[in-house]
Amino acid sequence: MNVETPVAARIRQAPLVAVIGHPNAGKTSLFNALSGARQKVGNYPGVTVERKSAELPLPSGARIELLDLPGCYSLVPRSLDEQVTRDTLLGLQPGESRPDALLIVTDATNLAAHLRFALDALRLGIPAVMALNRMDMAARDGIAIDSAALAARLGIPVIETVAVRKRGLADLLAALESRLKLPAAEPLPFTPADTRALGREARTVARAVTLSEGSVRLASRRLDAVLLHPVAGPVILAAILFLMFQAVFSWAEAPMGWIESAIAWAQGLVGTALPDSVFRSFLNDGILAGVGAVVVFLPQILILFAFILILEGSGYMVRAAFLMDRLMASVGLNGAAFIPLLSSFACAIPGIMAARTIPDEKDRLTTILIAPLMTCSARLPVYAVIIAAFIPAQSVWGPVGLQGLVLFILYFAGIVGAMLAALVLKRTVTKGPPPTFLMEMPSYQLPAWRDILFGLWIRAGAFLKRAGTIIMGVTIALWALASFPAPPENAERPAIEYTIAGRIGHVIEPLVRPIGFNHEIAMTLLPAMAAREVAVASLATIYALDADEEDTSSLVERLQGGWPLATALAFLAWFVFAPQCLSTLAVVRRETGGWKWPLFMFAYLTALAYIAAGLTFHIASALL
Amino acid sequence: MTHSTLEALPAGRIARVTGLAPAEPGLVTRLLELGFDEGAGVELLHQAPLGDPIAVRVDGSVVALRRALARLILVADAQ
Repeated sequence: MNVETPVAARIRQAPLVAVIGHPNAGKTSLFNALSGARQKVGNYPGVTVERKSAELPLPSGARIELLDLPGCYSLVPRSLDEQVTRDTLLGLQPGESRPDALLIVTDATNLAAHLRFALDALRLGIPAVMALNRMDMAARDGIAIDSAALAARLGIPVIETVAVRKRGLADLLAALESRLKLPAAEPLPFTPADTRALGREARTVARAVTLSEGSVRLASRRLDAVLLHPVAGPVILAAILFLMFQAVFSWAEAPMGWIESAIAWAQGLVGTALPDSVFRSFLNDGILAGVGAVVVFLPQILILFAFILILEGSGYMVRAAFLMDRLMASVGLNGAAFIPLLSSFACAIPGIMAARTIPDEKDRLTTILIAPLMTCSARLPVYAVIIAAFIPAQSVWGPVGLQGLVLFILYFAGIVGAMLAALVLKRTVTKGPPPTFLMEMPSYQLPAWRDILFGLWIRAGAFLKRAGTIIMGVTIALWALASFPAPPENAERPAIEYTIAGRIGHVIEPLVRPIGFNHEIAMTLLPAMAAREVAVASLATIYALDADEEDTSSLVERLQGGWPLATALAFLAWFVFAPQCLSTLAVVRRETGGWKWPLFMFAYLTALAYIAAGLTFHIASALL
Repeated sequence: MTHSTLEALPAGRIARVTGLAPAEPGLVTRLLELGFDEGAGVELLHQAPLGDPIAVRVDGSVVALRRALARLILVADAQ
């Protein structure tokens, strides 16, 4: 499995088989079970929708290309994802040929609903095979379906499958092979179906082939009685979120330490092997520091994504959105925005990418614009150093310490800021129709390990590629800015003062004086654009210390002597709001398709940060 | 209760959808796609904290929606 770049016009030898279905049919699970590690992930040109495909052999040895298309309710698209599915099926997707066959996935526990989309797709005249999936869950609920009768009514092979247990896959491939051997029929012209008529037809067919109705979703209803309980539900959600954050921050600590040591070890090797030169500095402070800045987040991203994938795969995520909708509604958003915002606590980049699942364009844009206000993990090292230097480690009340309380306030300030920003944005720049909340709740199920692992692989790959290339590039660019021109022979001040970054710092300085920032902070603001935690390293450099990221105790001492408390607090307030991360801005550009919204985001967040830091500085100066 | 809306349906009572109130065409299509079509059996299953949104069984599916949307769905007693 590898992550590759856009599919341009491709020359295809193997026939293309598209896997399509209703969003909760277990389509991706079936695709994963069929394709295993042969998956290739790319992007459709121009849009941010992922293209997942795999080449695999049929029973005869002939090969097909299996394409996993986004789930749909109908062929009238409502989101970017659904548009890709519709366009591909109609042969309108740039760089993609029209599929030679369809693999339609339906859920046996909810046949009538899933048949609607199946019937819609069958009208296109493309040869098709149906996978009647989740047969195990149907049997458990006492549902019996005559799949032979269904095949006869639809005129296509219907194969019973259990994707998570890899059951029925061989039959499925054999049926596909037989369909591909038929002479290619001329595709039928597409006209949007009448939704009511399609629904009626689906229900008629479902009724005719259902032998026993069973008890509808008994297990899910019992679980929901607890998990959606008006009191117990939010308490359980809070407990899950607490566990998730604990995991992201404490489980990731050790692997992050190993990565940092490995990078330091490599830098040490370079340091001893090469003489002091611009090239050595480029390798160590440009390339290796850049790689380190990206890879160090991988443990946190993987843990966060593992949680999100399990919550999504089990069906709980929609329940979380359901529980949070009322709260989100109070700031003009809906429950669907909850998931992207939650992800943004690890890193705004996956959060902004997750906003794709929000159907309404204005809601999606608002969510993207406020995502950076969720305190991401990159801000933690900055907070940690400043708090260690200025906030005494004393107890406020029992086990609640003052340092922890300040950290909590910083997180809380970000959340409140995001809510207020959403409130204002929804009334001004992202004004749209009143938001609604309308989502299907899938049955609960145990997610398959295979699906979690593939999901992790794909999302981690996307993070490394998107964030990685940008952070690397920016780190190298900033290294250049902070290294050239070199200081004169008899330099008295730290080397950075003579460089381009230093000169920019001098220009910024008068602008940030009014909010209590000193010379050193002004010098830090530009390098910190690479990634927020770089602020710590660059402060250390500016104070002409050995830039040792492991041991910040000398920096803490230095700051204690050098900064007034009001300045330190203003610096923290700045970091709550400041859009100091070029990777985030670059991802926003990708996801919104232009520079307009990232520039807007930069402007409004900088203004917020300036005001917040200024207020903090002046209030703190007056009180202390 | 003879004719009412889904929003007013008491918990535990099963009703049938009789139609949709006039609304924006895109929204009507979405509701139909999620199963809120004439004849569908509906039942209130859960309410979020503060009573909104609600989770409703629609034939074999469960759909979460805000009360404002549930008001668009016209229902009558089953039988």
